[in-house]
Amino acid sequence: MASGLTYTMLDATKLSTSEIYGAVLCELGEKHPDIVGFSADLAKSTKIGLFQKKFPDRFFNVGIAEQNMFGIAAGMAKAGLTPFVSTFAIFATMRALDQVHTDICYQNLNVKIIATHGGLSFGQAGSTHHCTEDLSIMRSMANCQVIVPADGIETANAVEAAYYTPGPIYIRINRGFDRRFYDRAEYGFKIGKAVKLTEGTDITIIACGSCVYQAVEAANILANADGIKARVLDMHTIKPIDKEAILEAVHDTRRIITVEDHNVIGGLGSAVAEVIAGSGKGCAFERLGIPDTFSIIGLHEDLMAYYKIDTNGILECARELLGRDFEADDDWEDEV
Amino acid sequence: MPISVNERLILEKKAHELRLLCVNTVMWAGGGHIGGALSAMDILTILYYKYLNIDPKNPNWPDRDRFILSKGHIGVGFAPVLADKGYIDKELLKKYNHTGSDLAMHLDSLKVPGVDASTGSLGHGLSIAVGTALAARLLKKSHMTYCLLGDGECNEGSVWEAAMAASHYQVTNLVTFVDRNKCMIDGPTEEVMGLEPFAKKWEAFGFIVKAVDGHDFMQLSEAIDFALEEKSAPVVIIADTNKGCGVDFMEGDYKWHYGSLDSEKVEQAFESLEKYYQKRKGVSRNG
Repeated sequence: MASGLTYTMLDATKLSTSEIYGAVLCELGEKHPDIVGFSADLAKSTKIGLFQKKFPDRFFNVGIAEQNMFGIAAGMAKAGLTPFVSTFAIFATMRALDQVHTDICYQNLNVKIIATHGGLSFGQAGSTHHCTEDLSIMRSMANCQVIVPADGIETANAVEAAYYTPGPIYIRINRGFDRRFYDRAEYGFKIGKAVKLTEGTDITIIACGSCVYQAVEAANILANADGIKARVLDMHTIKPIDKEAILEAVHDTRRIITVEDHNVIGGLGSAVAEVIAGSGKGCAFERLGIPDTFSIIGLHEDLMAYYKIDTNGILECARELLGRDFEADDDWEDEV
Repeated sequence: MPISVNERLILEKKAHELRLLCVNTVMWAGGGHIGGALSAMDILTILYYKYLNIDPKNPNWPDRDRFILSKGHIGVGFAPVLADKGYIDKELLKKYNHTGSDLAMHLDSLKVPGVDASTGSLGHGLSIAVGTALAARLLKKSHMTYCLLGDGECNEGSVWEAAMAASHYQVTNLVTFVDRNKCMIDGPTEEVMGLEPFAKKWEAFGFIVKAVDGHDFMQLSEAIDFALEEKSAPVVIIADTNKGCGVDFMEGDYKWHYGSLDSEKVEQAFESLEKYYQKRKGVSRNG
C-alpha cells in the first residue's frame, strides 16, 4: 500500500479486528499529527485505547456521553483536525444520531466513525448491545460513506483509506476476532469497489463483514459438491455501492444472494435490490440477514447459524435459488 | 476595561438598528423566532461590535474567534447581524425563508459565510464550542470561542454533558452565555420544566457563574472581561433577558417565541422599539 502499512498474516492471526484498527490508527497517528481520538468510556473495548496510550494529548475520553463526544469531534474537525471516534455501533448510530446527523454529516465534516461490536458480534450482551440497524441508518445520512470490512486486514485497509478520503465515513467492525479471510493487504482495496473473490457464472453471493468468509466457504462447497460456479463479491462499501459490479453479476449469473449481519431492511440487501430494480433486469434474488426481529442471545457464530447467514444458510439459499424461476427480459444481451 | 458611556451609546444604537432589521426580516420571511432573537440581540451586538476578533472579508480566517449559536433557531436575529457586518448582502434578508434562499430559519454554515456551525437541533452547540476551544488549545492558537445557549435548551441532557467536559478539561478559552429569557415554546420555563436553581446547576458543574442583566451593556462587558481573564474554571454568563425585548406587545410573552408580522404589526413594533431605544439612551450607569 502507498503509505507502507506493514500488516502481515501473523499480525492478523494474533490480533482481533479492533486491535488491528487500534494499531493502524497508531501508525497513521505517527505520520499525521492532525489525527485526534475519541471514545466514551469504551477506549479499551474499541481498542482506540492503543492510540490513547501512544498519543495521550491527542485523545479525549469524554466519559459516558456519546452526544457530547460527537459534538466535540465536530468542533475539532471544524478546526482542521481529523477526529477518529470509536464507540459501540449501537451508540454511535442511535444514541448520538442527532449529533452524527447534524453536527457531522450535514456539515460534511471530516470525522471518521469507527464503530465496533457491530451486528450480532456482541451476541451474549442481548439486543441492547446488538446492532442490526446501523447500515440502514447510516446509509441514509447524506455525505456519509459506509464501510463494513470483512476481517482485520480489510479493516486496516479501510481505516487507512478513510484517513485519505475527506468527509464523514462510518466503518463498522465486529467485537473480538473475525475469521481471517485476507492473507495480505495488497489486494487492491478501494472504497466503493467490490472485491471479486471467486469467479462464477451460475449465481452471485454478495456479502459484507463477517459474512464474506461464510460466502466463500459456501462457494467452495457449491463448486466441489454441486458443480455450481458461484461468484462471491466482498461488498465492503455499502455506500457508495458498486453498481457496476452488481449489474455485471446480474448479467453474468442472473441469480443473486445478499448476505449480511444486519436487518434485511435497509442494509446491503436493500442497497443491492435498489440497483437491480433500477436496472429493469430480471433476476432471481434473495436477501439473507436478520429477519426484522430482535435477535436471540448467544455466541456470534451460533447466531449467524440461527439466522442462516453462515455457510450452511447460504448453501441452502443458493440451492433453492438455483431452481427458482424468474422472468428474463428479451433484449438481455444488448444492454450490458 | 469597562466600556465607556460613549461606547455604550454606540452599542445601544447598533442594537436598535439590528432590532429594526430583525423585525423587518421576520416580516419578509413570513415568520420567525422573534422573541428569542430580540432577547439575545444585545448579547449578539456586544460580541459582534466589541469583542469578536473576526474579519468578514475572510470568514474562514483560521485565527478568528469562533461564535457558536447553540440556540440556532434565532436565525432572524443572527442573519441581520451577519448582513450588517458585511458577511452577506443585506438584500438577501428580503428573501429569507423563500424557496431556494440560502437563509433558512436555522442558518447553514456551508451556505452562510460567518456561521461557524449549523445548529438548530438544541443542545449541540456547547459540545461543538468545547471542540473548537480544545482544538485551539491543541493547535496552540490564542483565539476564543463564544457560545450562546437558550435557557429552555438547557433541558437537553447533552448541554450538561458538554458542561461536564468543559469543566473536566478546564476549557477557559471559551465564554458561554445563556439567554435567560424565561420562556420556551409551550410556556414559561419554570412551568414547562423548571431550571432553577439555575446558577447553582452551572456551579455544580464546575463553572463560575456571572449573573447579569442581559440588556445592560456595562454589565455584559464587565462579565465578558472577567471571563476572558479567568483561567481557573470556565465561565458562564447567565444573561437575564426579556423575551421580545423592546417590543411592548411581545415582551415577556412566551407566545412570541415564533410569530408573523403584518405591516401594521411592524409599524407598532417600530414605534415600540423607538421608545425603547430612547429609554435606553437615557439610562444612567446604575439605571
